[in-house]
Amino acid sequence: MSAPAGAIPRWVDVALIPVVNIALAFLVSGVILWFIDVDPLAAVEIILYGAFGYDLAIGYTLYYTTNFVFTGLAVAVAFHAGLFNIGGEGQAYIGGLGAALGILAVDRFLPFYLVLPIAILLAAAFGAAWAAIPAYLQAYRGSHIVITTIMFNFIAAALMVYLMVNVLIQPGSMSPESREFAPSGQLPFMHEMLGWVGIEMTPSPLNLSVVWAALCCVAVWALIWHTRWGYAIRTVGANETAAVYAGIDPRRVIMLSMCISGALAGFLGINEVMGVHHRLLLNFTAGYGFTGIAVALMGRNHPVGIVLASLLFGMLYQGGAELAFEEPKVTREMVVTIQGLVILFSGALAFMMKGPIERAYLRLFGGRRAPAAQEA
Amino acid sequence: MADPTDLSPGRPSAGRAPASSGSEAPPAIELRHVSKAFGTVQANRDVCLTVEAGTIHGIIGENGAGKSTLMSILYGFYEADSGEILIDGRPVAIRSSRDAIAAGIGMVHQHFMLVDTMTVVENIMLGAESGAILATGIEKARAELQRLERDYNLEVDPDALAGELPVGQQQRVEILKALYRGADILILDEPTGVLTPQETDQLFRILDSLRRQGVTVVLITHKLREIMAITDRVSVMRGGEMVADRATAETSKEELAELMVGRKVLLRVDKQAPRIGDTVLAVDDLSYVDRAGVARVNHVSFTVRAGEIVGVAGVSGNGQSELLELLSGIRPMTGGGFSLLGERFSPERPLDPSTMRAMHAAHVPEDRLRMGLVRSFAAEESAILGYHEDPLYTAGPFLRGEAIRADCAAKMRDFDVRPQAPVLKTANFSGGNQQKIVLARELSRAPRLLLVGQPTRGVDIGAIEFIHRNLVAMRDAGSAVLLVSVELDEIMSLSDRIVVMFEGRIVGEVPAAEANERLLGLMMANAATEEEARHKHPGLPGAIAVDPE
Repeated sequence: MSAPAGAIPRWVDVALIPVVNIALAFLVSGVILWFIDVDPLAAVEIILYGAFGYDLAIGYTLYYTTNFVFTGLAVAVAFHAGLFNIGGEGQAYIGGLGAALGILAVDRFLPFYLVLPIAILLAAAFGAAWAAIPAYLQAYRGSHIVITTIMFNFIAAALMVYLMVNVLIQPGSMSPESREFAPSGQLPFMHEMLGWVGIEMTPSPLNLSVVWAALCCVAVWALIWHTRWGYAIRTVGANETAAVYAGIDPRRVIMLSMCISGALAGFLGINEVMGVHHRLLLNFTAGYGFTGIAVALMGRNHPVGIVLASLLFGMLYQGGAELAFEEPKVTREMVVTIQGLVILFSGALAFMMKGPIERAYLRLFGGRRAPAAQEA
Repeated sequence: MADPTDLSPGRPSAGRAPASSGSEAPPAIELRHVSKAFGTVQANRDVCLTVEAGTIHGIIGENGAGKSTLMSILYGFYEADSGEILIDGRPVAIRSSRDAIAAGIGMVHQHFMLVDTMTVVENIMLGAESGAILATGIEKARAELQRLERDYNLEVDPDALAGELPVGQQQRVEILKALYRGADILILDEPTGVLTPQETDQLFRILDSLRRQGVTVVLITHKLREIMAITDRVSVMRGGEMVADRATAETSKEELAELMVGRKVLLRVDKQAPRIGDTVLAVDDLSYVDRAGVARVNHVSFTVRAGEIVGVAGVSGNGQSELLELLSGIRPMTGGGFSLLGERFSPERPLDPSTMRAMHAAHVPEDRLRMGLVRSFAAEESAILGYHEDPLYTAGPFLRGEAIRADCAAKMRDFDVRPQAPVLKTANFSGGNQQKIVLARELSRAPRLLLVGQPTRGVDIGAIEFIHRNLVAMRDAGSAVLLVSVELDEIMSLSDRIVVMFEGRIVGEVPAAEANERLLGLMMANAATEEEARHKHPGLPGAIAVDPE
C-alpha cells in the first residue's frame, strides 16, 4: 500500500513546489506592500534591479550569497547526519578568529599563496573545534545538540568581545578591532581580479572566496553522495539503528559530521575577515549563520539547492536594502518581514502545497500513465 | 483466477449456522463495488463483500492485496473513491472512525493502542469519558466493564496497569474497548502475531463466545491455519480485488493458498537430512542485563554447527531479539561469552558488527525497516549496508557507483526482487521484496554463520516459500544457521534442532523431528516439566532436555 511516490516525477518535488512556495511568499508580501500604499510590482522591480541590475548590485548579491553558501552547507552536512546544528553563527565567528590569528601571525613575512592555506586551515580548524564540543557532548554525554550549539553561539559572542576588547585590540585604538592585515593577508576583490584581465567592475565586497564557496559545494556533494564517509553520515541520519547494525559508530559520525559542519561555517570568516574587512572585528557574522538554516531547509540540503537558495537570500538582502533606500515607506523591518515570509513558506510551510500540487499533477498527467508496478 | 460466480453476495453461510441472525436478517456488512486508488496504484478495485451477522468472517490475502485498505475504508481512515457500504442493510457514509464507531464497528489493531501507564478501566473509557468529572465516569465505566466481562467471558482486572498485562490480556482490553463503545461488528487485524499458541486458543474461545452473543467478527490474517480453525466464511483478496468467497467448511488450506498467490504453492519445506560439520558458534553462559537490571538473556548456552539450522522458539519478548543482537555485536554482552569459528568473545573482548562481517558471519535482522534497511536510500544503497567499506564497492574514500549498481542488479536478479530497479527508493518496495534485498545482501557472501531473525515477518506466501528454500540452501551449502522466529510453523519446518527461550533462559531443546506444536507451546509458556514432556512422549526418553530451573 505504498503512497504514489513513484508516480510523481522528481522535478515536481525539487523544483515546482519550492517555486510555488516562494511565489506564495511574494504574493503575501505584495499584499502587505499594497496595504502600505507601495506598488508591489514596482517594489519587485526595485528589488530585482537592486540585486541584479548593474555590476555593483551583482557584486553585493554574490558577496551575500557566498556567506549563505558556507553556512547553508554547514547546516546541510550536519543535517544529513540527523543533527540540527544551530551553532553556525558561533562556529563562523570562531572560524573568523582562527583565520585572523593565523594571518596576524604570518602576514608580514609570508607571501599570499602561503598565507591563504594557513588562513583556510585555521578557519576550518577553529570552526570545527567550536562544533566539536557540542558534538562530543551529544555523542558521549547525551546533551542535546540543539541546546548546546545555541549556547555556544552566546559563548562565542562573549569570548570574541573579551578577546577584541582586552587582547586583540590594536594598541592605542578606541574601537575593538585588530590591526589591518598586510596585503599578503588580504583576498583579492573580484573587481581587482577582473581588472587584471581588463574587465572593468565597480568595486564591491565580492572577493576570491566566492570561488572557494563553489569548490566547497562540489566537495560537499562528493562527500555526502560519493564517499563511504558520506554513506555513513547519511545512514546515521536516516536510521541510526541500521547504522549500528552495519557496524557504523554513530558517535564517531556525529563527531565527524559536526567537525565538517563547523569547518564549513568557519569559512564565512574567510569571506568576511580576509576578504572584506581585512581585520578582525566584532559581529562580522551578522546573523548569516542563522539564515544558513533557512537556506539549507529551502535548498533541501543539496548543494545545488543551497546555491539557489543562497542566491535568493542574497537577492533579498541586496535588493531589499535597495528597496528600503528607494521607498521611504518600506523600512528595514519590512524587508526582514519579506525574508521571514520566504522562510515561513518554504521552511515551516514547505509541505503545505505538496498535497494539492501532487493531486493537480496527477489529475493533469496521471491518467496517461499505466498503474505503476509498485506492489510486485 | 477471479471467478465471478464466487462473488454472489448474500449467499447463506454454509459453515456453522450463525446464532443470532435469522435467514431474512440483512448482512452485518455489505460492501458494494468499492474502489480506492492511491495515485495511480489501485489498492481496491470493485470489491464486493458480504459478512453475515453473527459470523466470523476471514479475509486473507498477501501483503499489498488490499485487505488493510479495505478495512481502513470500513473503519473510516480512508474514503472509498466509489462504491457503497451497507451496515445491517442500511447504506452509511463512513468518513471518520467516529462514524464507524457510531455505526457499531470496532477495530482491534495489530499494534495495540493502549496507554501503558493507565489502568484497564481508564484505557477503556479513554475518549469516551462521559462528562467532566472523572470519578463518576470511572464508576460508570467500571460497572459497564463488569457487565461486558460477564457477558462475553472476558476476564481482565480493571485496576491493573495496561503496560503490566501480558499481551494476550492487552488484546482483551482492546476488544473490551471496542465493545464498550457499542461495537457489534469487530474487526481484528492480524490478532495472533504476538500470541503464544495457548493465547491464540484463548482468543479463539473469546471470538467464539462473541459469535454466540451475536457479534460479527471480521478476522484479517495471513495464517491459513487460523482461517480454517475459527471462521465461518473466508474471502480471498489478491491484487486489490476480491478473488474468491468460500464457506470455510468447503475449502482447504491448499486451495486458499493458491487463490491468494494465484499459483500452486508448496506449504511444506522439502529438505534433506543435514550434513553436520564442525561447531561454528558455541554460546557459553551468555548473559545480558539491561539498564533496569533485568536479565534479558540469562546464562544461555548452546551450539550451532555447520550444515544445520537451529531454531529458537519463544513468545516474542523472551530474549530472542536480544540474543541475536548480542551474537551480532550490536548489543554489548554483560556476562559469559561465545566462540565464533574458534575465536572467543566476551564482555572484555566484545564483538563489533564489522568484525562479525569480516569473520564471514551474516545477520538478517528481525526488523528490516528498523535495522536491516534505510527506507530513504535507493535500493542499491540499502544493498551495501554493512559492507560499504568493502573494497568491492570502494576506491579509496570514494564509492564505486557503477560497481554498486551492477552488484545490486545482479542480486535483484538472483533473488527475484521486483521491480528490478536498483535506484528505486527502498521504501517503495513491498515488504517481501524489501526482505529479499536484505537476504540477497546477507546470503550472497556464503557466510559461515547466518543469524536470521523473523525472516518472513510481514512477507507474503509466495515470498515465504522462496525465503525458506534459500535458508535451507544455505544450510545445505554448509552454513551454520541460527533462526529466531515467533512463527512456530516456520521453526518446526526449517529447523534441525529447536531451543525454546522463556524469560531470557533456554528452557529446553528438542530435535525438530520430535517437536510438535503443543509441546513447544507448553515450553514457550514454561509450563512443561520434564515429567510432563516425557509423559506426553513416552517413546522418547531423554529427547527433551529441560532446564533444571
